[in-house]
Amino acid sequence: MKAFTTLTGVAIPFGHANVDTDIIMPSRWLKKTSRYGLGPGAFEAIRTDPANVFDSERNRGAPILIAGANFGCGSSREHAAWAIADLGIRAIIAPDFADIFAGNAFKNGILLIALPQVAIDQLLDAATREDITIDLQNHTVTTASGIRFAFSTDPFRRDCLLRGLDEIALTLADGDALDCYEQWMTTNRGWRARQGLRG
Amino acid sequence: MGEVTAPTLARTLYAKIWDDHIVAAKDGGMDLIWIDRHLVHEVSSPQAFEALREAGRGVRRADLTLAVADHNVPTTDRNRPIAEPESAAQVSLLASNCAAFGIEHLGMRHPDQGIVHVIGPEQGFTLPGAILVCGDSHTATHGALGALAFGIGTSEIEHVLATQTLLLRRSKSMLVRIDGTLGFGVCAKDVALAVVGALGAGGGNGFVIEYAGQVVRDMSIEARMTLCNMAIEAGARSGLVAPDAKTVAYVRGRPRAPSGADWDDAVACWATLSTDPDAVYDRTLILDGAQIAPLVTWGTSPEHVAAIDAPVPDPEAMADPVKAAAARRALEYMDLAPGIAIDGISIENVFIGSCTNSRIEDLRAAAEVARGRKVAATVHQALVVPGSGAVKRQAEAEGLDRIFIDAGFEWREPGCSMCLGMNPDKVPPGERCASTSNRNFVGRQGPGARTHLLSPAMAAAAAICGRITDVRRLEPVA
Repeated sequence: MKAFTTLTGVAIPFGHANVDTDIIMPSRWLKKTSRYGLGPGAFEAIRTDPANVFDSERNRGAPILIAGANFGCGSSREHAAWAIADLGIRAIIAPDFADIFAGNAFKNGILLIALPQVAIDQLLDAATREDITIDLQNHTVTTASGIRFAFSTDPFRRDCLLRGLDEIALTLADGDALDCYEQWMTTNRGWRARQGLRG
Repeated sequence: MGEVTAPTLARTLYAKIWDDHIVAAKDGGMDLIWIDRHLVHEVSSPQAFEALREAGRGVRRADLTLAVADHNVPTTDRNRPIAEPESAAQVSLLASNCAAFGIEHLGMRHPDQGIVHVIGPEQGFTLPGAILVCGDSHTATHGALGALAFGIGTSEIEHVLATQTLLLRRSKSMLVRIDGTLGFGVCAKDVALAVVGALGAGGGNGFVIEYAGQVVRDMSIEARMTLCNMAIEAGARSGLVAPDAKTVAYVRGRPRAPSGADWDDAVACWATLSTDPDAVYDRTLILDGAQIAPLVTWGTSPEHVAAIDAPVPDPEAMADPVKAAAARRALEYMDLAPGIAIDGISIENVFIGSCTNSRIEDLRAAAEVARGRKVAATVHQALVVPGSGAVKRQAEAEGLDRIFIDAGFEWREPGCSMCLGMNPDKVPPGERCASTSNRNFVGRQGPGARTHLLSPAMAAAAAICGRITDVRRLEPVA
């Protein structure tokens, strides 16, 4: 995972509540078997409008997205996170995020910041003119003109993002605990420790 | 490793299952959790297998993993190759990945092939008290059996394949209690939609839902699957029902269920799987089953739900400006005016199927309405897509296929089909579909498609009338 410390850049003022992962990544793009190159399909239906917020001269390639409540709801498709990463977005600020999407984004090094709707409304306005700075070490979002919001993050995810840790390597380092659990389970929970294969 | 049989504190069903699966408690409140069962399909897995290869990692417990192709498979003749090259490649990649990593795979022509969430319970792969995951958001379906089941992303699939665990933080718990009894013509799908309507599409974020109450106790296991299936539409990653005698009877004797001494141990363990009387939920929602009408969605989020006898709501009357803006955009996409009656909206497509409503009881309910009637001439396509090979065989043994075909429905092969249109089954742009699936998102059933979610009986009634109609008021067949 690429480490995340601070980020300054243009923020795309998107908004919209309940943006589902079918909107972020329509199903026809799910036939791709690579996690790279999905950016062109991101928000495809919205981007058929030439005046869309993603493709303006100012916003194209911007590293921050400002979204509405329950962002990333619906399907578990990680393609949504891959597509957003492929657009160049490294942080999303919204009132809240759907659980599965939040996990997928984190695993792809995308920082999610939850702020109240009133803060989002101010940032949506500021983003049309000003750069925004995110400081993960100090938990702040600041506009170029000095409006500042504090945020909190899951301590585990923050640590992984700051250090760029690989979660599978972390788990495999717990090999002894895994072996121990598996052994206990085989003896005490035999019914779920194996499939009962009949015929 | 908490003992399920000796709780020291009052715990919820969710907490009991969780505690029984803790491999290691980590810093910052994270737990390394053992995964008992892993279902894999062709869409969310390719990049996980690719990453395993890149890192030189293997699959820890291939024997607890089961793969099936469901999203891309055509629902027409299975003896022909898949016409669409990308779909064919994805389905064949699943087969080769499974062969390379030693995972059992039910291919497109396997007699038990079907939708991943239909075959898991059907095969006895899904067990009460177990933790089951799948790279698919509708994995909560398996919670109907008292399993803790939830959807995961591809990076998590890779993590489970490599370690048979996930590093997770415990969710909050929510009780959704549905009291009383359901009225005539009201079924599990209506209850599922009522819960989403009450919580909102994000109301369950961060929660695991336990469904309880008289309505849930009275439900069959298949009806509970429909209910749990849509937990994610309220944002809850998981929904579950405490196992009871119906659950045990359902699991007994299934091909992959435990047998012999393992079975006896399992049943003893499952008997402890209910929420303790003094346990506290983080949130409780109580609904009255008698107040639930057949429901239909009018917008582009599953929370956009209304009773069949209600009008399309007016965004201008909504207090929350965010919800009003979303409703305005939704009505524009759906080409509906505020205030018009939902009963009577004309439709050109009908889809009976998906992991929500493609089991035998769903097909029986739809066939009951279709029996002796004809699909309206204005309907362009009316598909019935059974959830699995086993469901299809059972339906054919009962003659349901004849009822559907005689009425003018198409009787298809099992798969996800028109729920998300990754195969050729799509709703054409601008057309409307009465659908038993789970999502009415913009473009979900095809670019520009307009989806109305409803129950199998309501979908069949819509096919007969060519418009959304109240199944309770359908004229008897002469």
